[in-house]
Amino acid sequence: MEYKDYYQTLGLSRQAKPEEIKRAYRKLARKYHPDVSKAADAETRFKEIQEAYTVLKNPEKRQAYDHLGADWKTGQDFHAPPNWAQGSTYRSNPPGTGTGGFSDFFETLFGGGYRSGPRQSHHGHGEDIHTKIQIPLEDAYHGATRSLVLQIPKLDSQGIPRVRERHLNVHIPPGVRAGQHIRLTGQGGEGLGGGPRGDLYLEVLFMPHNLYRSEGRDVYLDLPITPWEAALGASVKAPTPGGVVDLKIPKNSGTGTKLRLKGRGIPGHPPGSLYVILRIVLPPADTDKARAIYRTMREELAFNPRAHMGV
Amino acid sequence: MNQQTPDTLSGHILEDEVSLDADELCRACQIRVEHIVAWVDAGILEPSGGTLEDWRFEGTALARARKALSLERDLGINPAGVALALQLLEEIETLRARLRVLGF
Repeated sequence: MEYKDYYQTLGLSRQAKPEEIKRAYRKLARKYHPDVSKAADAETRFKEIQEAYTVLKNPEKRQAYDHLGADWKTGQDFHAPPNWAQGSTYRSNPPGTGTGGFSDFFETLFGGGYRSGPRQSHHGHGEDIHTKIQIPLEDAYHGATRSLVLQIPKLDSQGIPRVRERHLNVHIPPGVRAGQHIRLTGQGGEGLGGGPRGDLYLEVLFMPHNLYRSEGRDVYLDLPITPWEAALGASVKAPTPGGVVDLKIPKNSGTGTKLRLKGRGIPGHPPGSLYVILRIVLPPADTDKARAIYRTMREELAFNPRAHMGV
Repeated sequence: MNQQTPDTLSGHILEDEVSLDADELCRACQIRVEHIVAWVDAGILEPSGGTLEDWRFEGTALARARKALSLERDLGINPAGVALALQLLEEIETLRARLRVLGF
């Protein structure tokens, strides 16, 4: 088991006052909160910050932690002192069933697991489990089956918290949109005293896509076109999440012209639209022929795009 | 616990199901109804219906409510602050999506 330096995690000295601990936690929490930060390691960092704060904000836990001595370094191999658990008064947290808890170091010292989610309801109803599932946008068009691994902290027969992995295959219903939840009834935590099991809620996220972005049911695509396609009109092929389509470019289109393909967004009742935003791409003038054509345009076309600026 | 063979599970899209009333939202978030009232007062949730008993929340309210709850608990901000944070986060998300398509 690896030692964790909680003071280092929060950027504090071991003499930090309670209000300094709170300020340091709040500042880091705002920076790394997974609902706020887009940093790839935000969730991990936030867990570490929360773990450190859980110990340091509590005078008894902090005292016990300080008692281990100041010579330990994060990552150093650590074994709890033999009499550690005796007489401690804070080992009362029941195990949580969130998706991933604190470090082994925390679990061993401050034990009993940490509850990151809300409290158990009093009806004996099993706890609801919330987690996220990231899917390609295309799944929302065609539906799919995706596998998912849930990490469920659970007490073993000796009362030691262990993470149990549960593998699930989940059917992704066509028409699902980012931010929606798939509810799997009865797939949550076990009920107490014969109560019904809780539910499993999967929040749907789309993986970042290099072509499309979605807003609700509508999907947006930027489509590069040539100047002559924009000027003269054309029929071009365009990718959509539902497959390649033939798209009519109206003549005299410009960069930013938005074409709406009704019903080509995320399926549903009603289905969303696919918006194609045109971007004119100039051919490079890297051959004599291309340069000659540009020169001809300069001489033959009386075109001043800055006329409205009075120059 | 034995190794489980993965079952293929089919669920329902919560947001497409009939809307939630205040009690159901309370249960899904495991919070008291007073908390929901505070969120409605701050404009975080916008139910249809005039009185608490008649309130109906769209399924999307659940995601908002859960986010609001974690911001309150983890960052120590009140419902008015949460309302502002959620509004700004939504604007940032829209802008980020546009930047991604432009290749930034």
